[in-house]
Amino acid sequence: MATDIIIHDKKDNVGVVVIEKITPKQDCNCWIMEDDGSTNIQSMDEIPLGHKIAMIDLKEGDTILKYGHDIGKVVKSIKKGEHVHVHNVKTKKW
Amino acid sequence: MEIPKSFLGYKRENGRAGTRNHVIILPVDDISNACAEAVANNIKGTIALPHSYGRLQFGADLELHFRTMIGTGSNPNVAAVIVIGIEPKWTKRIVDGIAKTGKPVEGFHIERTGDIGTVMKASKKAQEFVMWASEKQREECPISDLWISVKCGESDTTSGLASNPTVGNLMDKLEPLGVHLCFGETSELTGAEKVCATRGATKEASDKFMKTWSAYNDFILKEATNDLSESQPTAGNIAGGLTTIEEKAFGNFQKIGNCKFIDVLEPAEEPKKGKGLYFMDTSSAAAECVTLQAAAGFNIHLFPTGQGNIVGNPIEPVLKLTANPLTVKSMGEHIDCDVSKILSREMNLSEAGDKLIETTLRVANGRLTCAEALGHKEFVMTKLYRSA
Repeated sequence: MATDIIIHDKKDNVGVVVIEKITPKQDCNCWIMEDDGSTNIQSMDEIPLGHKIAMIDLKEGDTILKYGHDIGKVVKSIKKGEHVHVHNVKTKKW
Repeated sequence: MEIPKSFLGYKRENGRAGTRNHVIILPVDDISNACAEAVANNIKGTIALPHSYGRLQFGADLELHFRTMIGTGSNPNVAAVIVIGIEPKWTKRIVDGIAKTGKPVEGFHIERTGDIGTVMKASKKAQEFVMWASEKQREECPISDLWISVKCGESDTTSGLASNPTVGNLMDKLEPLGVHLCFGETSELTGAEKVCATRGATKEASDKFMKTWSAYNDFILKEATNDLSESQPTAGNIAGGLTTIEEKAFGNFQKIGNCKFIDVLEPAEEPKKGKGLYFMDTSSAAAECVTLQAAAGFNIHLFPTGQGNIVGNPIEPVLKLTANPLTVKSMGEHIDCDVSKILSREMNLSEAGDKLIETTLRVANGRLTCAEALGHKEFVMTKLYRSA
C-alpha cells in the first residue's frame, strides 16, 4: 500500500505529505517512522508535497509536535485533516 | 555493504590527503582580485579566489580573515598557492602561515610594482607550480584521511525526513573508521539547541556549544528589527512546507545521526582533537559556511537539499543529495545522489546511507560533482563587523 503521509514520531500531531499532493476528502495512508506503525486520515484541504496535515483537532495556543519535539504554537484553530503551515502556526522563538 | 577502507587521494607534505589537486591564486584583499584573476587567466589549470574583503579589518574580524586565508591555502585539496596582496606585510603573514604545511607557496605584493609587473612575476611562478602539480598522482589513502563537512540548504520537510537522516546514517557508519566530521549552522539549530547540547561528548563540549549558541542568539535579538521570520525559515523553506525555525532546526539536526561532537570550533578553526565529529560556529548561509569549513581543512562536503540549493566551492567538492522527487525532476543537473525513493519507501535509510558513501568515495577518487561541472566556485568570506 502506497504511503501518502509520513509521521516522524508517535507523539507527533502533524504528518508530512510525501506524494505530489493530496486533495480534499482523500483517504490517506500514513506511516509512522518511529515504530513502523500505520494509521489513516481523511484530508480536508489540498496539501502539496512536503507540507503538513493536522492529525488531530488543534486549538489556539496548542503546541505542534514533530520529531516528538515542540516546533511552534497554533495561532488559529486547526481541524483534523487541515493544512498546517505559516497561516496557522508560529515559532515560539524570536 | 562493506565500506571500502581506502580512497585515491593526493598525499601532501604534512601528512594530510587531498581529494583535489588545485593550484590557487589567492588575493589577500579586494583590490588584488584583478591581479589574481589576470594570473589565473594567463596560466591554465589555476584558479583565482576573488573575494570582497581584507582591508582595514581589525580585532577578531581580522584574525578570522587571516585564519580563512591561511586555512584555504593550507587545505590538502590545494597543491600550491600564489598569494597576491597590495602590501607586503599581510601578504607575507599569509604566505608564512601556508608555508607551515610544506607545500609550495609564494607571495607577491602590488605596491611599487603595479598590476602589470605583478601579474608577470606571479604568472611565471604560477606556471612553474601548475606544471609541478600536474605530475602529482593519486595514491591509495586510508579512508580516515577523509575530512567530511556537512551543511544543508534550501531545506524543506523532505530534508528532515530523508536527505539529512541519510547524511546521519553515513556519519554513523564512517565515524568508527576514524574520519573527521563537521557540522555548523549556529542559527539553524535554534529551537533544537537544548537537544543539540545533549549531544556533546563531554560536559565541556556541551557547555561550549550552549555558550556559542547563546552568544549568537543574543546578537540576533540585538540586531534584528523584529525577528528572523523573513530569513529563518526562508521563502524557499516555507514553499517546501517548513513552517518555523524549530521545525527546520530539528530537521537540520538529523545530519549528525547518533554521533556526539567532541569539540566546538571557532569559524575556520582547524580541529585539533583528532578523529570524530566537530561543531563549528558558522552562519547558515551556504557559501559562507562551506568556505569556513574548507578553511578548517575539510576535503569533501556533503550537502543535502530539499528545494534545490546549487552552491559549490572552489577547493572543496560539494556533493548534493536530495529526497525531493520534484527537485530531482526539475533540476537534476545539480543532484549527485538521489535518495527520493526513501519517501516512497522503496529505499530504507541504511540503503540510502550506503548509496551516499559510494557516491562520496567516487567523488573523493576524482569524479566531478555537479557543482564542479557547472562551475560553482562560491568563495565567501565571513565578516564579523564593520571595518575601521
